[in-house]
Amino acid sequence: MLWPGFELRVALRFLREGRMQTVLIIVGVAAGVAVIAYISALISGLQNSTLTKTLGAQAHISVRAPDDVVTPAAALQPGAAVLTETQPRAQRSRSVANWQALLPLLERLPNVAGVSPMVSGAGLALRGEAVLSVALMGVDLERYDRMIGLRSKVVSGTARLEPGEAIVGRELAQDLGVRAGDRLTVQTTTSSESLRVTALVDLGVRDLNRRTVIVPLRAAQNLLALPGGATGLDLTLDDVWKAQSLAESMRAQYPYKIESWQESNAQLVSALNAQSVSTGIIRAVVLAVVVLGIASVLVVSVVQKRREIGILRAMGATRGQVLRLFLVQGAVVGAIGSALGLLLAVALIWAFTHFVRGSDGLPLFNISLPLSTAVRVALVATLCGVVAAIAPARSASRLDPAQAIRI
Amino acid sequence: MHTPVEPQPGASPGQELIALDAIKKSYNVGRPSEVEVLHGLNLRVQAGEFIALMGPSGSGKSTLLNLLGLLEPMTSGSYRLQGAPVEGLNDAALTLRRRETLGFVFQFHHLLPAFSALENVTLPALMSEGRISSTQRERARSLLDAVGLAKALDKRPGELSGGMQQRVAIARALVMNPPLVLADEPTGNLDTASSSDVFALLRRIHTERGTAFIIVTHDPRLGARCDRLVELVDGQIARDEAIAEGVEPVPSAVVATQT
Repeated sequence: MLWPGFELRVALRFLREGRMQTVLIIVGVAAGVAVIAYISALISGLQNSTLTKTLGAQAHISVRAPDDVVTPAAALQPGAAVLTETQPRAQRSRSVANWQALLPLLERLPNVAGVSPMVSGAGLALRGEAVLSVALMGVDLERYDRMIGLRSKVVSGTARLEPGEAIVGRELAQDLGVRAGDRLTVQTTTSSESLRVTALVDLGVRDLNRRTVIVPLRAAQNLLALPGGATGLDLTLDDVWKAQSLAESMRAQYPYKIESWQESNAQLVSALNAQSVSTGIIRAVVLAVVVLGIASVLVVSVVQKRREIGILRAMGATRGQVLRLFLVQGAVVGAIGSALGLLLAVALIWAFTHFVRGSDGLPLFNISLPLSTAVRVALVATLCGVVAAIAPARSASRLDPAQAIRI
Repeated sequence: MHTPVEPQPGASPGQELIALDAIKKSYNVGRPSEVEVLHGLNLRVQAGEFIALMGPSGSGKSTLLNLLGLLEPMTSGSYRLQGAPVEGLNDAALTLRRRETLGFVFQFHHLLPAFSALENVTLPALMSEGRISSTQRERARSLLDAVGLAKALDKRPGELSGGMQQRVAIARALVMNPPLVLADEPTGNLDTASSSDVFALLRRIHTERGTAFIIVTHDPRLGARCDRLVELVDGQIARDEAIAEGVEPVPSAVVATQT
């Protein structure tokens, strides 16, 4: 094909000639692109922040001991009536069998960034006359830190878990009136231990902060009467979205209760999905409006330029050239509009991060427009410009030159 | 003063440019409003001719010109352009033939208002090559110089007088070096003085380049300055004769009303 120099040059000149129309439609496209880019950035920022907050203190995949179930003495005969009633069993705190041997196996799985054994159970935190129920968590500090980045969540003190030391949530410390260096007593149904608080942490969720006490693995084993045991193994992955498939393949392989974060946060996942779907709808509607806007301007332009189109045809422009002449106009409007729209979106995002603040004076969450998203939005908008131009371009290319000139 | 227009290459006089046989043209074919505008015309045009096409309004002059210009299809008959038939060619092929063979000058000069005079003249080159070579730009410049517009190269059509616009249109019609230029009342919209100037320009180009012209005109004085007169009346050729120099042809329609 020839270099479309003719189409490009005449298209640009036509657009420049139609000043007001061109400016208006480019502003319209820019507004549409800005809305799309801004909403995309906002929603992905919101979702990322929700995910980080949720997964920040949570395993991507957790491995637990299977539930205790009642095993019937004899297998049921098909068709036989059963007259006994089986009560479900109360689930006691149990160790994952053979966890020391399982740990290196899990670490070698693809995508696994870290595995952390833990002993968790319920207990009471006592200080003075205050008694608060807490979630006791025995961990290996190094592994746990690698998993959720505990050290980065420390708000006061230094994270350290020597025997007899504990790390507590910020709100819990407030409720008990302890600071780093103070002592508190943790009591369980079977024993109690006095611990020195080395650090206060903010796990990102207030409820968690209000009841978390992190102690060394061995201390928790003693307190919860699980010597040498671990109630669970927590896995973190490089890519959180692979959790579901990995959990499924692990379930097929190991006789444990294995849960991905999506399963334990089903509500959150469906909320995120609903959000993505509605964003998609908004974007589609805005794109449709952009397409209609460009198309209507070009339809008018074809009518206005009938005679010029006729002259071009008489001078030797082919139908294809006239067709492309209008497609190029659509593309140019889409491209310029995209460029302006992206600038506008960046400005909106800047305004959002600078002026919209949470109660703590920090930005609610960070939003940014990744280059890949920007490029994708621009490409889609430009493509929409071309699509919008198809109908007007076809009608222009079908004009009868003899008739067009006579008018 | 004017640089002479370069001679037309490859247009040997006497070569047959146009051969029309039994051309009919109807509009609204198949509908109750069907009307036949041209009733079986025969016409031969040789390279280098200078023809006036005259006739009263509604006689089919413009239709004939559009057929010759491949802007409209004929209903029946045979049309050979430079010896090759054009029937059955698709739009792209017709456009290509038009580009190679024909130049157009219209009554309302029909320049593109958004382009300067020079750009208007280079447009045909741009659309056939996708770009404008420096040779073509030079050519357009010298053509504009030849039609007396050396100083108006960068002016937009809106800044030029009617006569000047028509000169730009003439330069544009010539830029691809066509052997034949079709002009539909090229002076119809101009005052007498510019009209005479533009006509003189056409004659000069014809003399210097050997380009053939078919000029639709209503003006008998301009008709008299052509070499051959073809007169259409009611869709038929009423007269087709050489014009003796200096004799003003009286259209037969006028003769008819006088008697």
